[in-house]
Amino acid sequence: MFEDLSSRLEGVFKSLRGRGVLTEDNVREALREIRRALLEADVHYKVAKDFVKRVEERAVGQEVLKGIHPGQQVVKVVHDEMVQLLGGTVAEPNITGSPPVPVMVVGLQGSGKTTTCAKLANWLKKKGRRPYLVPADPYRPAARDQLIKLAQANGHAVYEGPEEDPVEICRRGMQEAVRAAADVVLLDTAGRLHVDDELMEELRQVRATVKPHEILLVVDGMIGQDSVNVAEQFREKLGFDGVVLTKMDGDARGGAALSIRHVTGVPIKFLGVGESADALEPFHPDRMASRILNMGDVLTLVERAQESVEEGEAEELQKKLRKNEFTLEDFRTQLRRLKKMGPLSQIMGMLPGVPKDALQEVEKDGGKSLTRVEAIISSMTPAERTKPSILDGSRRRRIARGSGTSVQEVNQLLKQFGDMRKMMKQMGRMKKGKGKGRGRFARFPGM
Amino acid sequence: MIGKIGRGFTRLRDGLRKTRNQLGDGVRSIVKGRSSFDEGMWEEIEELLLRSDTGAAVAEEIVDELRLASGRWGKPDAEQVFSQLRESIATRLGGEPVPLQLDGGEGPAVVLVIGVNGAGKTTSIGKLAARLSGEGKRVLVVAGDTYRMAAMEQLAVWADRADVPIVKGKEGADAAAVVWDGLEAGVRRGSDVILVDTAGRLHTKSGLMDELVKVRRVIEKRLPGAPHEVLLVLDGTTGQNAIQQARVFGESLGVTGLVLAKLDGTAKGGVVMAIRRELDVPVKLIGVGEKLEDLQDFDPAAFAEALAPSDATPSEAQE
Ligand SMILES: Nc1nc2c(ncn2[C@@H]2O[C@H](COP(=O)(O)OP(=O)(O)OP(=O)(O)O)[C@@H](O)[C@H]2O)c(=O)[nH]1
Ligand SMILES: Nc1nc2c(ncn2[C@@H]2O[C@H](COP(=O)(O)OP(=O)(O)OP(=O)(O)O)[C@@H](O)[C@H]2O)c(=O)[nH]1
Ligand SMILES: [Mg+2]
Ligand SMILES: [Mg+2]
Repeated sequence: MFEDLSSRLEGVFKSLRGRGVLTEDNVREALREIRRALLEADVHYKVAKDFVKRVEERAVGQEVLKGIHPGQQVVKVVHDEMVQLLGGTVAEPNITGSPPVPVMVVGLQGSGKTTTCAKLANWLKKKGRRPYLVPADPYRPAARDQLIKLAQANGHAVYEGPEEDPVEICRRGMQEAVRAAADVVLLDTAGRLHVDDELMEELRQVRATVKPHEILLVVDGMIGQDSVNVAEQFREKLGFDGVVLTKMDGDARGGAALSIRHVTGVPIKFLGVGESADALEPFHPDRMASRILNMGDVLTLVERAQESVEEGEAEELQKKLRKNEFTLEDFRTQLRRLKKMGPLSQIMGMLPGVPKDALQEVEKDGGKSLTRVEAIISSMTPAERTKPSILDGSRRRRIARGSGTSVQEVNQLLKQFGDMRKMMKQMGRMKKGKGKGRGRFARFPGM
Repeated sequence: MIGKIGRGFTRLRDGLRKTRNQLGDGVRSIVKGRSSFDEGMWEEIEELLLRSDTGAAVAEEIVDELRLASGRWGKPDAEQVFSQLRESIATRLGGEPVPLQLDGGEGPAVVLVIGVNGAGKTTSIGKLAARLSGEGKRVLVVAGDTYRMAAMEQLAVWADRADVPIVKGKEGADAAAVVWDGLEAGVRRGSDVILVDTAGRLHTKSGLMDELVKVRRVIEKRLPGAPHEVLLVLDGTTGQNAIQQARVFGESLGVTGLVLAKLDGTAKGGVVMAIRRELDVPVKLIGVGEKLEDLQDFDPAAFAEALAPSDATPSEAQE
């Protein structure tokens, strides 16, 4: 639905090509487009206004660089400005100090606090910490159950004392955490409206009682203009040190990140990207800027690819590709990695310009064909995997039986693999000829 | 009866007081002291609309309508601006209230409740169950969210509060199977209305959307003519993403009405205007709190009136 900003600006600047300087006049229309894009991304209207002003100041008077489209040049100014406003660098929560370190998790109803507590516990555990969960929401039906079940499912210690006054729950929870030898305590508070003075006062009492090192405000990533009200009121009435923006696994553009950062100065520290307790990512201002501007998230993609391939291995792979020694065994390894990187559609969704229907196709398949391909390769002997040419009819039949597929599917895979090798051989040659062209994908496995 | 409507209206106004005052007082102060219609004034009115989440397109359209009308007005007048604003808003919301369709004919009427994570589905079902049960209907709720931790326990508490029976499955069970059992139970018990809760899911996850389509098919199969209502619950604080939610849920499941929850805060839910601009689906209910009685019928005229009143009393205007 939302056309990406770059292509819109290209339209605006069509007439400007070869004219030299960005002037107030020719930038004005672009600024209108930028404002619209920001509003569509749910950036608060005042923040959008300020932002556009800053961009104008920076853009007007700039010379149009040779070889770059003026639209692209403005996009770059916009992007840089936004990265800066979003905080520039990655911020982590403050969980140092003498244990147990209390962390308060607060926010509006249904924003994702309880789920985020479980995610934070998983994140802490991976860092070698000993988290302890405290369900401090006696109001919402079954809120306590929810956190206790989440804790149990993920193997975390949890406070199971009686449902009483939240201040009392937190006080006792802290004591129990000491007994459990925990070093970080995550206090899951009830959802509340920022204008509910009584419940905001309750949070202040909890704060006074446990003296948290970190208060995290959990905000639904799909929130609209209200983000500013919410953040300002929570800051005024309670104060917070970091923001977790949840439900970012969908197609919300997340303009709230910019709004909240802009009006409170508090950094966004994490993104929630799914319902599972592992779906928590550190916040990267540059990627968020691309997302708000709808410019695709190539960086995340590249990094994920890199994460799942060891550096040395990647080189090894490159060599194999060049020498055309890529076997079915390597192919299977890559398949498994691809699956580890996350749902294919999600990966493709990070690439700018991938059409929506293509995504839907991949989603529908849900990685099923990948699983079948993997099953086929797994049913081969090591010798067959390294030297597919020995696969005669009877071997193919055996593999089909073993993998629960059909001979046709086995044939199809072998043909595709053959084609792929041919293509790689050509690409390998291209790469030798000219190092450029593939740009940032140079280190992408298999590319 | 009259008393009931009167009370409902007051609560709606209370729920939206914040909204109205921001918009109402805003317009008044923008218009006051201006002797002619200038660009600054239109811009400020546009911003008032934007901050209620109407989105840029709707805000621009409404301002254009105001500009056009202003040709007849001579000089700026707050009341005229208000009344035009109200008309523009109400028109965008469909004009007339659209009641829930709960006539199941021979069998029970089935209401399927869907939406993204944490929007307010389970709570809205609890409130609706209480209301319908209070009207003398035999209500059954079905815990179709077998996925989220303690989702069934949560609905069970609401069923208890509303004093209606509940059908649950095992955690992790197939949602469609649980819903089938729920319909069986409803038919057996002679229920008038069956409210089906479902797990929250983002509209972008087509695997999960397919699962929901399957639930719908099971309902269609067990009770021809059902579901009688497919209610999409939107979090009232949601911004422009709500448009996409309405579009995708609508395409896959045939949404018959929207429930706009959490309007008791400072969020205004103006995005429903943008939704109606594209899709012909009415808002039927609004949520204005976490208590059993905090559910109201949506009335476009009252909503518009509350967004742009002409008669803010001094005490209300002060807030
Ligand atoms: N898709 C997705 N769903 C999420 C994410 N975080 C939370 N959720 C879901 O959002 C819904 C609400 O999450 P909760 O953790 O219960 O929210 P809460 O803030 O504790 O809610 P209250 O305690 O009622 O105020 C649940 O269905 C969660 O599974 C996320 O990052 N992505
Ligand atoms: N203030 C307010 N809170 C509400 C309203 N409706 C729901 N809530 C709260 O919002 C939170 C989420 O509501 P649920 O009913 O659990 O939402 P859900 O859509 O069923 O969530 P999932 O099943 O996790 O997707 C709870 O804390 C509710 O109490 C409302 O109208 N006003
Ligand atoms: Mg919670
Ligand atoms: Mg629910």
